[in-house]
Order: sequence, then structure tokens, then C-alpha cells
Amino acid sequence: MAKAKTWLEPHPHGLYVRPADLWIDPARPVERAAVTHGHADHARSGHHAVFATPETLAIMALRYGVDIAAHHNHAVAYGEGFERGGVRFSFHPAGHVLGSAQILMEYQGERIVVTGDYKRRADPTCAPFETVACDIFITEATFGLPVFRHPPTEGEIAKLLAAVRAEPHRCVLVGAYALGKAQRVIAELRAAGWHAPIFIHGALERMCALYSDHGVPLGELRLVSESAKDAMAGQIILAPPSALNDRWSRRLPDPVTAMASGWMRVRQRARQRMVELPLVISDHADWDELTATIAEVDPQESWITHGSEEGLLRWCELTQRKARALHLIGRDLEEEA
Amino acid sequence: MKRFAALIDRLVYTRSRNSKLALIVDYLRHTPDPDRGWALAALTGALDFPAVKAGTVRALLGARVDEELFRLSRHFVGDTAETAALLWPDAPLGKEAEELSVAQAVDALSSATRGDAPAILASLLDRLDGDGRYALLKLALGGMRVGVSARLAKQAFAQAFDVSIDDVEELWHAIPPPYAPLFAWGEGKAPRPDLTDVAFFRPFMLAHPLEGESIDLSDFAAEWKWDGIRVQLVHGGGETRIYSRGGEEIGAAFPELLAVFDQDAVIDGELLVRGEAQGGAEGGAASFNALQQRLGRKTVARKMLADFPAFVRVYDLLAVDGSDLRALPWHERRRQLEGFVPRLAASHFDLSPVIAAAHFDELATLRAGARDAAIEGVMLKRRDAPYVAGRRAGLWYKWKRDPLVADCVMMYAQRGNGRRASFYSDYTFGCWTDAGELLPVGKAYSGFTDDELKWLDKFVRDHTIGRFGPVREVEKTLVLEVAFDSIHASKRHKSGLAMRFPRISRIRRDKPAEEADRIATLRAMAT
Repeated sequence: MAKAKTWLEPHPHGLYVRPADLWIDPARPVERAAVTHGHADHARSGHHAVFATPETLAIMALRYGVDIAAHHNHAVAYGEGFERGGVRFSFHPAGHVLGSAQILMEYQGERIVVTGDYKRRADPTCAPFETVACDIFITEATFGLPVFRHPPTEGEIAKLLAAVRAEPHRCVLVGAYALGKAQRVIAELRAAGWHAPIFIHGALERMCALYSDHGVPLGELRLVSESAKDAMAGQIILAPPSALNDRWSRRLPDPVTAMASGWMRVRQRARQRMVELPLVISDHADWDELTATIAEVDPQESWITHGSEEGLLRWCELTQRKARALHLIGRDLEEEA
Repeated sequence: MKRFAALIDRLVYTRSRNSKLALIVDYLRHTPDPDRGWALAALTGALDFPAVKAGTVRALLGARVDEELFRLSRHFVGDTAETAALLWPDAPLGKEAEELSVAQAVDALSSATRGDAPAILASLLDRLDGDGRYALLKLALGGMRVGVSARLAKQAFAQAFDVSIDDVEELWHAIPPPYAPLFAWGEGKAPRPDLTDVAFFRPFMLAHPLEGESIDLSDFAAEWKWDGIRVQLVHGGGETRIYSRGGEEIGAAFPELLAVFDQDAVIDGELLVRGEAQGGAEGGAASFNALQQRLGRKTVARKMLADFPAFVRVYDLLAVDGSDLRALPWHERRRQLEGFVPRLAASHFDLSPVIAAAHFDELATLRAGARDAAIEGVMLKRRDAPYVAGRRAGLWYKWKRDPLVADCVMMYAQRGNGRRASFYSDYTFGCWTDAGELLPVGKAYSGFTDDELKWLDKFVRDHTIGRFGPVREVEKTLVLEVAFDSIHASKRHKSGLAMRFPRISRIRRDKPAEEADRIATLRAMAT
């Protein structure tokens, strides 16, 4: 069996697969990149050739104008793969956002999985996480502390609906990251029986349309900019977190400020952001999911990337699992968790 | 505990004062005794469980969670109670224990000794969900951090049961938690509790600012306005208490006064520190800054007592030898006060003198000299007015000396709260050092109109040159004329100065920033 360290090199700005001369989620432009998903801390602009799922490529096309049709870009569907320099690459659902993938690499009998970002609970907007057996498991650790236990999503959605109904003269403004979180909140609301139009900030419009085009129904969406103030009373508004409590929100009818994020689990975090209605809805694995996944995959070694590496490392130590922290830079988009 | 936990949870995230009030009102109306009383005590910081401290909680967690994981988590969350509430394992599903009441929790915590406190706390935590654990730990450790003052809690009580806030203020300190007689009275099920032989608080009579009116001195008496804090000393039923204006007990910080106030009486006066800053040797009072050294302490070192000796300048007598004088006119109370003050230790009490001025013009001249004498201004009290709670029109006026002004340069801005959450409305401004560097001298968030606020907000957004979390640094080009009552030496700021009551008096778009005032100019104004 090959020694991973001889063919996969962790660098501060990404993982380099030497035999294939290819980077995974590099933080700066490279000749050849495999991209796990479309969030900006994993998918950067400026690569010459990109290997990603068709959905991720579509997202990169939308955000950066990546030319999907160009011959050097390769759409790799879930379960499919390609070979390069003796390394076999394949993509498997990560359950994080539309198109998010874990990348499995096989080289001289050794199997390495890079999770990118992932979660284990159900999400109506993307394919569920699949466990892939491997020797080395490279996992994220955004919520790698035992204080992070996300409550059931239905309960958080119920809190949101209760708040809307409690004060029909106001509206609830939910801060949700434009890619993934916003569409998931909308889809969860629809699943909970909220069929009224949902009002969105202009920055969410194109990504919502992309989701719909990929077969994720979001129901009727209206632009806040094209809606009368009165029409939004008693309704749900979605905007990127940066628009909360800013000038843009002055056009809304007395909004209750909500935010959908795993960080909302910590009260002082929510208070600092002036959030009145914290919704613990996350697209990342919580502590229980992270530890259960490592136990389930049961690799010979775990490499821990961005987030609270120390917490997860400590857990591996306590459960006598071999682990190390990779210090990648430019990860950890606070807004997106 | 569920209702209390939900209340705490909502209060944590609610910023507007009125919304907080509405939440507490609703809770008090719909929660039975004694839970609501204990909840009220917890909100106002009136509970103390000596056997339960943050160390107890840490030790408890140490036995259940890996120490390193606890340390990392605590570091991230920044609060022991919240960390513990989040880390504590949930009860297994389907094994929901019978609901724990706030009263049961308080009973259990009160009976705890250092030895069994961890076990007691653990058994309580096992019966609660995450929000419940947070509320319990905050209740047990104190320091709710939900932004509810004692005054707000009392207002909520008054509003919940449609009684007067003055009555609530009076009764509050006379009845211990969980305040059953207070609730019974509020709900009309019992008469007003009897306060004979109790050192209870009397709500303060307050003054309006004098704005341009001319006052006839045959109707009004004038006194100097001293820059200390307003206090009420009460001796009765074998107890002595010192109350601040908000009805907070501050006696622990002034043991020397508690020790010597031994007359059966209630006095109203200004708490000051001996010195010569205010009104020179004759005035006999140090600056407010000196008094600040003494405030907010739970215990006082001997050196503090010697370096900053406190005394009370008495200006009203509300009760004496068992009779309530509040209904009497000011001149009659004053006559009795003058007879009473000699009964107090001259070392710690003196009488606030009435200013001899025949006409308003003469008083105006005296007031104009107040700045030079380093006195805050004058008070005007209607001679025939009784002592009534709150701020009533036409009875008492405060006539502060004219403010000082300085031209400062805006340096940083931060967003406000509530209605102003989307506006940059809090400004830090600075003045020039001799070396040509700008140093912050103060911060203000008032004094401007709504239109001016819109303009300032836009200025901040268009001229941002740096961001530090919620704070924006702006181009140092805008001159703000700042009005302030006084300025003092302070170690807290790099400029070595701190302003009292600063507000933006004008936006000086016309003035180039380099022509703003220098630190040296401000230092010359310091008292």
C-alpha cells in the first residue's frame, strides 16, 4: 500500500494530489482543481480546469462565469469518476448543499476521502450523505465542539412559523446564506405547510432559480424590491446575513430579525448579531454527527481540516483514534455555517 | 421552570425596552405564586446561594465531560453557565421527569451546603432541557445578563396589576422574595402591606430642567446643585439603609454612613466626597470623579475610606420620629430639617444651604458664576410644594450651568439599538495632540435631529476607511461641536480625559478638521 504522505500533500491553501497534478478546493487559482462544492471558501474563481459535479459547475458558472461547456472543465456526477496519473477519483454525495460531494481518491491500493463540508440529517434540497469506506478520512470540523448539537430542524421551522403568526403586523426577516441555507429554509417551510409567497432579497434570486432548474421546488418567490411594504406584513422575508439590520431592511414592516445558522446555538453569538429569533439550522455536521461519522467510517487515520480542529482531535485522542489537524487557510465562512 | 426558561430565552434576544416590559408583564400575570416571585427576584439580582458558585459548576462538568473539551468549549462560548447548559446531556427521550418548579429549584439551592451542592445541582439539571438548564444556572449563579434593571421589573409589576409604580417602589424593599403579600395586594386579594417599623424606600421627587422660564423667587427657593449622587437614608425598625435614585440599596459601599445615621428619620440629600473641587473650601466637596472611586463596591478597604471620605449634604426631610412629612409644604419640611440636622454627626452630614438671592436676575448672575466655582448649577424648589414622587410640572427645576463646548473630529462610529439598529448613531470623536495626532476624548449618541442622524449615517457609510467588528473607522474630516457638562482626568482613555454628559450640539460641515480643538485646550477645562 502506498503511503498517503507520498502522494497527497496538505498545503495551507489546499490539498495537492501529486501524481495527478491536481488540487482539491485550492484557495488560489491553479491549473487543475477538483471542487467539493460551490461555497466561496472551497470554490474559487480563476482555475484553468475544474472537476466538479454538474450542479457545482452550474453554481460556479453562475457565480464566476465559469464556462461549463469548455472542454477543460469536467462534470462528474455522483458515483462517477475519472482517472489521472494513476489516481482514481470519484464523487459521492456529502449532503451539504446542492451538488456537494465528497471526493474519494484511490491510489496504489490506498483510499482517501475528502469530505469538503457535510451534514448527516435530511435536507430536501440535496442528495443525502453517503458513507464511503476509506483508509484516511479528511473531515471538516466547523462544529467540532460538544456544545454544538443542532436540534431537530422541524422544531426550528416551527419556531419561525410561530413567530410569523404571533405578530401579523410585522414580518420575520431571516438571514440565510445565499447558497444552500436560503433554499433549504424555503424548502423546509414548504414541507411544513407554508405555501404563502416568500419574499427574497435580490441577492438570492439567481441562486433560487438555479435550484428550481435543478428540480428543487421552492414555490412562489417574490422580490422585496418589487413588493409593497404592506404586502409583506405577516410574511417571511429571506436575505443574506449582511443585509440584516442594515439600510436595506428599513423598507420592511417592523421586521423581527432571525438568523438561520449553527452558530445560533450560542446565545451570546446571536446577541452580538442583534438577532431576536435565532434558528439553529445548519448545513454542517454537529458534534454528534462528526463523531458518529468518524466512528462509522472507522478509518485508519483522520485528518481534520477547518473549524474547531482541537475539539475533534481531542475526541479522537480520547477514543484512541489516530488523527492530525491540517491547517488550511481561507476556510470557515462564518456567514455560511 | 419551562415558563421561566422561555421568559429568560426571550429576554436574552429582545432589545427594545417596551418589548421586554411586555414579556415580563405577561409572565407575572400568568404564572402562579411563588414561582413568579422567585423569577422576579432572579431578574433583579435579589437571589444569592452562597453554596453554589461558578467553581461548583466547573467541578460538576469536570466529572462528566473531558476537561480539555470543557475548556475549549468554555473558551468559545465565553460564559460558564451557558457552556454547562449546552454540554449537559439531555434526559433520554420518553423519560421526561415531572416538571420542576422555580420554587422547588430555589428551595433545593437554598438548602445546599458546599458539600452537597454539586449533587443537588446535578439532580436539578437532569430534570431540564437546554433552555431550562441555562435559566437554572443563571438563577443559581446570578448575573442574568438579560438587560432588565430593577426599575424595569418594578414597572412590569405595576403594569401587570395596574397599580402605581410609586407604591411598588415603596413596598419592594419591605417585602422579601417571593413577594407573596405584594402579589396578593396587586391582584386586589389583600390590603396594602403595612410598613410600620420597616426601613422602606420612598420614591424620589425629581426636577425638570429649566428652559427659559423666569421664576419668581418669592414662590421658589434656590439651592446649589451639587455633583454627586442623589441618596435617601432611612433608619427604622432597627435598620439603616441607603437607597440610590433607582431604589437600589448601596449601603454596603458606604459603611461609615450606615454606622453614624442612627436617628429615626428619612433624609434626602447628595452623596459627596470631601474635597475642595466644588465651590472651593466653602463648598467642601470633591469632584464627581472622586466619588466614582467609591461607587459599586461590595466591600470597602480602609484606605478607600481614608482617601475618599464620604458625606451627605442633606436637603430634605421625609420622615422623622415616626411621622411622615411628605405631605407638608417644602418650607415646613425645611424648617424641620434645619432643626433636625444638628442631631446628625457633623463629620458625615451637613445642610445644603439656601442661596440668598432677592430676584431672579440676581440668581442668574450667581448661576453664571457657577462654572468658575465648579458647581453644577442651581435647584429651584417651590416653597409650598409637598414631596411627591416623580417629575411633576412646576414644582422642582434644575438649572444647570451652560455646557462647555469643543470642536472635535469624528473618528469611529457604531450602530445603535432598537429603532436605530440600522443607523450609525454612536460616535467616538477626538481632538489633536501637539504632535498632530488625533486621540479619542469621548463618545456621544444624542443631540442631533432625525434628519441630522440620516446625514451622519450616510457620512459614516461613505467615508469608512476601516472596520473592526461592529465599529467603523471613518476619514478624519468631519468636525462635530460637542457640548458637555464637565471634563475630568481619566486613566481610561489614552487622551487622559473623560467628558460628562457629552452630546453632539452641531455638525460643523463648514470647519476643516485641522482647525478642531487641541487636547491641551480641553485639559485646561478639566476639573
